[in-house]
Amino acid sequence: MMRIGTLVTGLPVLLSVPVAAAQAPDFAREIAPILARNCSGCHGAAQQMSGLRLDDGVAALRGGYSGAVIVPGNASGSALMARVTSQKENFRMPPAGPRLDEAAVAKLRAWIDAGAVWPASAAKAGGAKGSNHWAFQPVRKPAVPAMGAEWGRNPIDAFVLAKLAEAGLKPSGEAPRAVQLRRVTLDLTGLPPTPEETAAFLADSSPGAYQRVVDRLLRSPHYGERWARHWLDLARYADSDGFEKDQPRPWAWRYRQWLIEALNRGQSFDQFTIDQIAGDLLPNATLDQRIATGFHRNTLLNREAGVARAEDRFEILVNRANTIATTWLGLTAGCAQCHDHKYDPITQRDYYSLMAVMNRTIDDEIDAPVEGEFGPWLRTQADFLAKRREILNKHRIPELEAEWEVKMRQAILNPGKDVEWDFAVTACRAMLDNADKLLLMDRDRRPERLARRITAQFLSSAGPDIPRDKEKQDRVKKARGELTELEGAFPRLSQAMVVQDDPTVPPAYIAIRGDYKRQGLTVEPLPPAFLPAMKTTGEPARLAFARWLVARENPLTARVIMNRVWQEMFGRGLVRTSEDFGTQGERPSHPELLDWLAAEFMDGGWSLKEMQKLMVMSAAYRQSSAARPDAAAKDADNALLARQSRLRLAAENIRDSALAASGLLSRTVGGRSIYPPQPAGVAELGYGSRKWVESAGAERYRRGLYVHFQRTTPHPQLMNFDAPDSTLACSRRRNSNTPLQALNLLNDPVFFEAAQALAVRVLRESPAGFAPRLNRAFALTVARPPSARESERMARLFDQQLGILAGDAGAVPQLMPVEVEGVARVEAAAWAALCRVLLNLDEFITRE
Amino acid sequence: MNVRQYLELTNRRRFLGRVAGGIGAMALGDLLAADTNPLAARKGHFTGKAKSVIFMFMEGGPSQMDLFDPKPGLQKWHGQALPDSFTRDLKLAFIKPSAAVLASPRVFKPHGQSGTQFSDFIPHTASCADDICLVRSMSTEAFNHHPGQLLLFTGSTQIGRPTMGAWTVYGLGSESSNLPGFAVLTSGAGTSGGATNFSSGFLPSTFQGTPLRGSGDPILYLANPPGVSGLTQRAGLDALRDLNEEHHAAVGDMEIASRMASYELAYRMQSAGPELADFSGESRETLDLYGVNDETSRPFATNCLLARRMVERGVRFILLMHASWDDHVQLNRKLKRNCDITDRPTAALLKDLKRRGLLDSTLVVWGGEFGRTPMQEVRNTQEADNAGRDHHPNAYSMWLAGGGIKGGQVIGKTDDLGFNVVEDPMTVHDLQATILNQLGFDHTRLTYRHMGRDFRLTDVHGEVVRKMIA
Repeated sequence: MMRIGTLVTGLPVLLSVPVAAAQAPDFAREIAPILARNCSGCHGAAQQMSGLRLDDGVAALRGGYSGAVIVPGNASGSALMARVTSQKENFRMPPAGPRLDEAAVAKLRAWIDAGAVWPASAAKAGGAKGSNHWAFQPVRKPAVPAMGAEWGRNPIDAFVLAKLAEAGLKPSGEAPRAVQLRRVTLDLTGLPPTPEETAAFLADSSPGAYQRVVDRLLRSPHYGERWARHWLDLARYADSDGFEKDQPRPWAWRYRQWLIEALNRGQSFDQFTIDQIAGDLLPNATLDQRIATGFHRNTLLNREAGVARAEDRFEILVNRANTIATTWLGLTAGCAQCHDHKYDPITQRDYYSLMAVMNRTIDDEIDAPVEGEFGPWLRTQADFLAKRREILNKHRIPELEAEWEVKMRQAILNPGKDVEWDFAVTACRAMLDNADKLLLMDRDRRPERLARRITAQFLSSAGPDIPRDKEKQDRVKKARGELTELEGAFPRLSQAMVVQDDPTVPPAYIAIRGDYKRQGLTVEPLPPAFLPAMKTTGEPARLAFARWLVARENPLTARVIMNRVWQEMFGRGLVRTSEDFGTQGERPSHPELLDWLAAEFMDGGWSLKEMQKLMVMSAAYRQSSAARPDAAAKDADNALLARQSRLRLAAENIRDSALAASGLLSRTVGGRSIYPPQPAGVAELGYGSRKWVESAGAERYRRGLYVHFQRTTPHPQLMNFDAPDSTLACSRRRNSNTPLQALNLLNDPVFFEAAQALAVRVLRESPAGFAPRLNRAFALTVARPPSARESERMARLFDQQLGILAGDAGAVPQLMPVEVEGVARVEAAAWAALCRVLLNLDEFITRE
Repeated sequence: MNVRQYLELTNRRRFLGRVAGGIGAMALGDLLAADTNPLAARKGHFTGKAKSVIFMFMEGGPSQMDLFDPKPGLQKWHGQALPDSFTRDLKLAFIKPSAAVLASPRVFKPHGQSGTQFSDFIPHTASCADDICLVRSMSTEAFNHHPGQLLLFTGSTQIGRPTMGAWTVYGLGSESSNLPGFAVLTSGAGTSGGATNFSSGFLPSTFQGTPLRGSGDPILYLANPPGVSGLTQRAGLDALRDLNEEHHAAVGDMEIASRMASYELAYRMQSAGPELADFSGESRETLDLYGVNDETSRPFATNCLLARRMVERGVRFILLMHASWDDHVQLNRKLKRNCDITDRPTAALLKDLKRRGLLDSTLVVWGGEFGRTPMQEVRNTQEADNAGRDHHPNAYSMWLAGGGIKGGQVIGKTDDLGFNVVEDPMTVHDLQATILNQLGFDHTRLTYRHMGRDFRLTDVHGEVVRKMIA
């Protein structure tokens, strides 16, 4: 559809059918049948394509997303007439079937010219489309089914057992205790238990032993790391912009840091939500609350110089709307970007209303010191600023920058006059956020931090003139080098990427067919109309919306979140399509259980830890995961939970487990992203062939969630093991099983080093002798002793390996680069080969 | 211990035997059968002419009016700005509509029986004129690199959807059981799209492109770590299999069986990868034909030869990327350089495929994400021959050969100045639909359900261009 403005001016009066003078047609007898026959299939009660409804007077006169289509008294100015009379195939209405005959056109024209009177008696009941779909009904807390004494530990089990009984199935027995410990430790912290933790648990037969473990794990600082990674999937977190330039985001980690801390301190989920959606708008917002808005900043940003900034901004808002819809509401709203959702009641108006929530924002960076940074910074700041000024003055940068700014402003205000400066402006807009605004701002009124951004931009790209003047070029180059050195020598404050309110942004509008250039009606920031209304409290809309997300009457958020936690604990959600609670998603396997969990979650103060504890304490969770051939016939997907599920570990946790088993793992929580070894040539695949500079020391051995995620060239170990691409909110990871994963675990230097370190550790920590050493190696990797057959097989491998090395002495120091006291080098090398096998076991990378 | 002793040892090895209820060596082979192996070869909607695709992606946007689409009409306007009416609808990344016209200094001549015109920069490609179907009427919606590349490969300008190669192996699997089904070869600089040009998007990662590398391991992590000999690797894998088998017997999860199969495939890749890259069996004549020993063309020539060898070994989709043709400035110098690198190997690939009888079943596609403007871009007014061209999405050229495509013809026409398509317009989605058609797919039915919706490569667009098909 075209915009009305274009359409009216673009089309001449088309037909010369004589209009019956003055005689207005009778609506009910002559007009309504035309509309009913030709229009209301697509623009009627059942659907309103492009937001237009032509079977109801109020709605018809209001028009569609592009505005009014009937202008009473002015048929030739009415889009409706232009459409039904058009000669253009893809433009004329109705789009299929015979066109309106001349008589019908004449009647419509006469009716509109006579004022388009639509008698009230012909009006239909309007209003938003309701829905009977289960997920949109209020959450009520169902009664817990009665349960016998033989099985079950808490209400979860009562719901599970009831469903199993309906299907004539029985639950599985408890998993071996060592398996239970490894399972719950991996699920709550993403790390395997240490052999000492396993031994202590196995030795503790007192009641409450398991619960004490659970409480310990929920208090562990690694809890926040494990659940932060899950949330980062939804937040489409990455350490770079994405798209061609894919600039690193050196401060993205500050949001991750906040996230880990918020989860570790058990922040209630409602406040957690409000802080991320609109923390900056809270009265007396704390630094943490502002950092939390970094959630929105994880969108991709296209800094390719030729990109229209308005378009990229639109795409960013689309991404933010989609992310909120998936993360909290379990809705696949993206379809409604271009048209009303085909299956769910979400309309295009709903979609852009949701987008409007994020519209009046501006991206910014703020000082966000972590512990220990502020004091040193404060003490040295005056000195730093003085030295900085000194450098700039020494090279007379202010005068060069002033000249540059004048030229830049001229080019911004009068494009097309000078090709070189036009290019400089285009390039600058791509790299400097809000460039026009900053450059056109009165120089004297520019805050210091913004002025510094401009100076930095000038020094990195000084326009076309300076490179032609060697003396000036040298000054810029020297200043740049000296400033970089100075900044490196002084304490800095960590920065956080945040959003803030910006009332100067024009109102949001419906983009016709999802094209940002085709502006339809303006929309207010509101939740979808088919869900309970948002309370208008006088607060800014984004804050009111955040509160609405976690309002007791919102039917979706609590269900969606509980379902996802369940998915992480059981391998599949009660609603398997955890990203889609709409009509195209699957229905819940246990609707009452889901509602009970959602109600319990909300009524109990939105505590994630409490709900997670409830789940891992249940008998359903603690079942064996071994196959149940008897149940498979009735329930092939194990939706009814006649057993637990075996789950391959997430990419990051595979790395974590190998490092933990080998003793290499650095357990430091939080902080910057790291650069573990990655094969040469990977980073170079992207634009600009960026170099990957490996982290040194303990940094190299930090957990997988800290690995720098470069969007166009992500670390291969993460991608091989199905980490999301961080483009859209990822609600559930898939688990593939590929030969590249095998090669990765076998041959990646990170895992080979882990195998070697594991061997050294085993040899140092265990009493001499094959059996105790093998026991130790099994305890460290799979938290259990080997079976007799496994011992026998590994003993054979050990002998084979010694035989192979006897004929290949050169391989010995390569397999085992260090001496282990009291152990022959060749034996130690054979142990490295054995440990490599253990780190490749399916069981090692699986949570049983 | 020598190899014979080792083999004797391993033959006595079956400590679990088949009685343990685990899956033995036979069952392991079966795992690669269609049910469990997502890469098993399978049929499309119908039998396609093409079994493999070599997509020669010329990143950055080669200049069509200096290579494929002669525009003598530009001479008249050379050095002048065009009237507003010509340039009103242009989407320009860098230059303004008032930029001066740049006529091409290239000489075009007709080639082959078909008489298709090619520029003097690509004589070797021109010598294949009768096998080439040249499309002069391509257009795209994106006028910046990454969105353009995404549109070309995924049908959408936003990151996140599966790429053409991923869709292909998702649909057809692979004929090769020891090489990746979708392989990626690169030369020159990095590309704007990076890994997003061969990502599996929301399809399972099994279908993502595997980069084969010019230096180091041909496939990531392919080589054993230092000190791990072939014997050590095999001994370790045998033990690993037995332990996994033991665990499979205990917990009965098919994922374990599938993982065991993956390890065996990985092991075969370890020998197939180096064998693929070993050119010692290629004749001197073949190496010279490609220009493998020529300093300028070596990396690209090597990739072209690898592509042919992969086609022979059943690899389904080969993405061969060369960057970059993004000649905003110094067009004459930079374009010549890229042509010197790529022209001979490109033609050699076509000729070599043809003489081996592989061209009929191999679809070769050549082109970039968009074309370049008839107007010039100048970033340094004081440098001689600084002129280049900006991005031009409205009209550009690509070519296809083999795989059931009718060679020796030109599809489409642009206006006298090369601004717009005036005959047989062809969009990126039409190209995708046609490629899928040649592989045996109705592009509207090759779908994958994600986030509540059926997605396809061509989004909601695309029509097969019947004229192109033999």
